[in-house]
Amino acid sequence: MAIASNETTFLFGRLNFGAIPQEPIVWATFVAVAIGGVALLAVLTKFKLWGYLWNEWFTSVDHKKIGIMYLVLALIMLLRGFADAIMMRIQQVWAFGGSEGYLNSHHYDQIFTAHGVIMIFFVAMPFVTGLMNYIVPLQIGARDVSFPFLNNFSFWMTVGGAVLVMASLFIGEFAQTGWLAFPPLSGIGYSPWVGVDYYIWGLQVAGVGTTLSGINLLVTILKMRCPGMTLMRMPVFTWTALCTNVLIVATFPVLTMTLILLTLDRYLGTNFFTNDLGGNPMMYVNLIWIWGHPEVYILILPLFGVFSEVVSTYSGKRLFGYTSMVYATVCITILSYLVWLHHFFTMGAGASVNSFFGITTMIISIPTGAKMFNWLFTMYRGKIRYELPMMWAIAFMFTFVLGGMTGVLLAVPPADFVLHNSLFLVAHFHNVIIGGVLFGCFAAVNFWWPKAFGFKLNVFWGKVSLWCWVIGFWVAFTPLYVLGLMGVTRRMRVFDDPDLRIWFIIAAIGAAIIAAGIAAMLIQFYVSIRDREALADVSGDPWDGRTLEWATSSPPPHYNFAFTPVSHGLDTWWDMKRFGQTRPQANYVPIHMPRNTGAGVVLAALSTICGFALIWYIWWLAVLSFIGIIVVTIVHTFNYNRDYYIPAEEVRNTEDERDRELATLGA
Amino acid sequence: MSTVHTTSPGDFWETDPHHHEEGASTGIGFWVYLMSDCLMFAVLFAVYGVLSGSYAAGPGPKDLFDLELVALNTAFLLISSITFGFAMLAMFKGNQKSTLLWLAVTLLFGLCFLSVEIYEFRHLIHVGAGPQRSAFLSAFFALVGTHGLHVTFGSIWLVVLMVQISQRGLIPANQRRMMCLSMFWHFLDVVWIGVFTFVYLMGMI
Amino acid sequence: MSAHTHDTHHHDDHGHDGGHDHGTYKSYFTGFVLSVILTAIPFALVMAGGLESRVITMLLVVGFAAVQIVVHMVYFLHMNTRSDEGWTFMSLIFTIIILVVVLAGSIWVMYHMNTNMMPTMDHEALGIGS
Repeated sequence: MAIASNETTFLFGRLNFGAIPQEPIVWATFVAVAIGGVALLAVLTKFKLWGYLWNEWFTSVDHKKIGIMYLVLALIMLLRGFADAIMMRIQQVWAFGGSEGYLNSHHYDQIFTAHGVIMIFFVAMPFVTGLMNYIVPLQIGARDVSFPFLNNFSFWMTVGGAVLVMASLFIGEFAQTGWLAFPPLSGIGYSPWVGVDYYIWGLQVAGVGTTLSGINLLVTILKMRCPGMTLMRMPVFTWTALCTNVLIVATFPVLTMTLILLTLDRYLGTNFFTNDLGGNPMMYVNLIWIWGHPEVYILILPLFGVFSEVVSTYSGKRLFGYTSMVYATVCITILSYLVWLHHFFTMGAGASVNSFFGITTMIISIPTGAKMFNWLFTMYRGKIRYELPMMWAIAFMFTFVLGGMTGVLLAVPPADFVLHNSLFLVAHFHNVIIGGVLFGCFAAVNFWWPKAFGFKLNVFWGKVSLWCWVIGFWVAFTPLYVLGLMGVTRRMRVFDDPDLRIWFIIAAIGAAIIAAGIAAMLIQFYVSIRDREALADVSGDPWDGRTLEWATSSPPPHYNFAFTPVSHGLDTWWDMKRFGQTRPQANYVPIHMPRNTGAGVVLAALSTICGFALIWYIWWLAVLSFIGIIVVTIVHTFNYNRDYYIPAEEVRNTEDERDRELATLGA
Repeated sequence: MSTVHTTSPGDFWETDPHHHEEGASTGIGFWVYLMSDCLMFAVLFAVYGVLSGSYAAGPGPKDLFDLELVALNTAFLLISSITFGFAMLAMFKGNQKSTLLWLAVTLLFGLCFLSVEIYEFRHLIHVGAGPQRSAFLSAFFALVGTHGLHVTFGSIWLVVLMVQISQRGLIPANQRRMMCLSMFWHFLDVVWIGVFTFVYLMGMI
Repeated sequence: MSAHTHDTHHHDDHGHDGGHDHGTYKSYFTGFVLSVILTAIPFALVMAGGLESRVITMLLVVGFAAVQIVVHMVYFLHMNTRSDEGWTFMSLIFTIIILVVVLAGSIWVMYHMNTNMMPTMDHEALGIGS
């Protein structure tokens, strides 16, 4: 595949007309995206929504709105990532018996890389961060996070990273290296053009956002808990969020620095990960997995929290073994730093090193198993209500346990030598990530949607989506387990052996069923929004919940709680209901809140431009936008007027409205 | 109604809200940031540890390092640490003029440190021992250079804060910023202890 | 300490809370003198050519660095187990654990890889023993 040259001009760097991909598929996508984009802009302009969006959403420092924006981002990127998946499935069915399929290697390699990068960094991460953003402050009875401006900035940096990755589709190319961009393949020698640079700067821009939001949420949980809420009275979701954010703060710097070193290799010709002049490519692999393994726990831990909330709510029981759940979470947090080498047993570090990491990997499955029993015992003799979130939780238990077991298989170093980089591995991590992270996100969306919007989601389409996802998952990935055991490696574009084809056909059918599941979910959202009057919930507590987020209205007022709740034990809201608490209905006081600001949007936009300029070697623009970042930051620090008071009058009006609503329920 | 609840043991709402003091989370928040920054340096130290012997037939530490220069630089940084301490003490006394003065002294020593480091880097590149020469030198420049970049940003921050203090005085917001910057500055000092020990001294033994 | 009069107790004008020390001239001087000594000795030791045993020299130098880091933490960063309900200290301990894991783990793993995969090459590279 011919690649545009690296010749640079002063004004445009190496950006020129050769940067437009010469592929009909990309053109068609571009046309579709362009038409859709123009239509969207036209609608926004026609209904004069720009001001509303800017004032109420983009510049908002309200953790609830930022949380929702994260989820929207995750959903959009899920569609992109899934489109990549479908394309790979079709290619692997097509390219048999001498056929090259419909994707050339340059294009195909970009697709599997983009699929991985997008699904992890721009679907799973925003999903998880969005959930924590929305729920954690409510669960601990706080009015916002510790650093509201930083929260807004973090979100827009994540968007900036996503924008860069999406831009690579139409301008230039994306990396063709696999989602972790191992050198020397990702070095300048083997990846001379912009693909890896898009990868690097996309992740760096988003990574700043992730790290800062990790610090923010961590400090929020440490410092903003309502009176009485000691650590061991925190809801389990908050606990898992705490551990997740500890992991984020303590691992993303490793990713950032590793990518910086790769950048130096590519841009300045240093020799960290090169094959010559003393460099060591395996050091990159080592470092990136020191980040990479905790990362998978960053993704799954909050969903363990979600399942804990869901299972105990719908079983109508206190969570079985709360304390053991907390300790299991903390154990996983620490142990996740001691297993990274199991991703590259085949490197050749020898028996002693491999045994150590094989054993630690098996140990880390123990606390996870303990959690599974806790959920089962919570359900045992409970009065289980099979609402949608509960169904997702049960689907998770079936799916995830099997994924976990294949993981233990892979943790055995000799077995790993056979299965390394095979489709067995691919099936394994999809098994845990789809079965754990995605199912968990869907459980969470169904569970907390009524809290965020004041109406429940449609059950019929929810069930359709659930069954399509579960069946689709198993149809799509069981064949990959089989193929992996037969020795088929991952990231293959064409196949010679016609006997393998049937498995790929089955896998493609599975992908199609999953596609139906995604469609059903979109229909579910649409139908629910359409029927929102009928599905409305004014109680604020549609599921007979246990934790504080259900103590306020749905959607919660801007300030969350007019009066700060006081916790006297685990499951504070459950206690409140049991003891017949009454919300105070007088003596409202003004509430101190942070002011909205556009600085986060501006800074993230400048960072994205800076990233784009660096990708294309447009040095003047890079320097200019970098200086811009510094100047805007400094100017922002001169703004001391960052908060305001919601007048007591307004609080009273809001709360009186809520009292009237509750009165209609006879509650 | 609410008064009943404020006194009863089953009280679930704080009807007499104690004001959440502003910026109560800033100290711990900034500290957590420093911890994450610390892990960035951990990666650089690990890379240096693994690659520090990969000279690729090029010069090694004993051919390149000048301990007297490093000692001078260490002295600059140490002195700047105690002068920042004096600035903090002046601030707690509410003495704005003295605070600004000590900050200026700190800045001066910070800039001296940076000049010496730039001189050292230029010298190394001049003698053909630039970051491209070998993995050892790549790791050296990355580690020491990242520390230097931090000092640079610390210096910019110092200037900005001096302007803000002279504009608005030692208001609580500015005091919090001083607190953060002092943590940042002393943290860089701690990192430097690691650098001069593991890079310079160990390299020369 | 004069700033901590009873009337600031509630609002805590300094934006840092319970358990934070400010330090005094005396504590800063103590820290400074200690760190000067702890810097000067290893520098002098190495500049004078070190002891006969390379390993002992190295251990000494690292030992001085470790002590100096503690001195800086205590006298300049006012580290204690009380500030912010002990979370500062807790996060420091956690960071140190991760730092040791990253450093020691990487060096250990890469050393073994080099020994196994490139047995003919010189392993000075790893700077440990050999």
